[in-house]
Amino acid sequence: MIDSKDLQLIKIIQHGLPITSRPFNEIGNQIGMNESEVIERLTCLKNTGLIKRFGVIVRHQRLGYTANAMVVFNIPDQSVVKVGEMISQAKYVNLCYQRPRQGTNWPYNLYCMIHGKNRSKVLQQLDQLIDTCKLSQFEREILFSRHCFKQRGAFYCTPTASSDLAFSVAHG
Amino acid sequence: MLNPLQKQLLNDFQQDFPLSPTPYSDIAKSIGASEQEVLDALQELKKLDYISRIGPIVPPNKLGCSMLLAMSVPEEQLQSVAQIINQFQEVNHNYQRENRFNLWFVLIAQNSSHLEAVIAEIESETGFKTMRLPLLADFFINLGFELDWDD
Repeated sequence: MIDSKDLQLIKIIQHGLPITSRPFNEIGNQIGMNESEVIERLTCLKNTGLIKRFGVIVRHQRLGYTANAMVVFNIPDQSVVKVGEMISQAKYVNLCYQRPRQGTNWPYNLYCMIHGKNRSKVLQQLDQLIDTCKLSQFEREILFSRHCFKQRGAFYCTPTASSDLAFSVAHG
Repeated sequence: MLNPLQKQLLNDFQQDFPLSPTPYSDIAKSIGASEQEVLDALQELKKLDYISRIGPIVPPNKLGCSMLLAMSVPEEQLQSVAQIINQFQEVNHNYQRENRFNLWFVLIAQNSSHLEAVIAEIESETGFKTMRLPLLADFFINLGFELDWDD
């Protein structure tokens, strides 16, 4: 179970681990926690899945991955889990979620994200994905991103001054 | 241009980052470099904005309540609608996509009633309905990003 000290730790560390010899010690000093407790708590949060991963967070855009497509599929309910698990194995897919269908206007229930250095590369990877996972018979749409209006890694939620949360989150 | 050490640091430590008292020294040992070389390379990558930070990624709905929403907005109103939406601090990201549903954004709220309240406010302030796409299952285990240096 997560406690207020875990939240405090996530809040401070989501701004980034210092790039110095004893970074967890530095983080601990900011919140009155010793180094070993910081490491123990982070290890525990990672093991329980509350932290999905801990490490270097790269800027895709800066590294030349300027094309990104959200691809949505209409997969029969009985096979959506199996297909979702298969899609998520592809190394060029970086997110894969099941979401509820929205009637006939938007019948899709499986969403995945493909990043690439250009559109043709993304489309080529999508073809490969469709081939590997045998998806050609399923209805789909490809939504390339055109403009980013907002993107932030860190999120703050402050309903009251005393209990604020801050964290980085994957595409919800 | 990125040197081989920088490339390795970008690619190999997105998830297997040591949670130990001296993580950079441990990384250095594992790849045959010195701690100072690793620190210098990472600081340079940070300065050049190739790294946003070294830190945790928290899955959706673990801390707080998040939802993906989509809107269909006439092209000429898109900019102003996006600006209204961006003013809400609960908006984590907001993208224009090439589709009849052309605006896609994610909200993160404290709980579901907070989330509902924000959606209602956004709909009322923009005058557009949202399509609500909550998460039912997350199939992804590994959020790291494999980098391709070939082209």
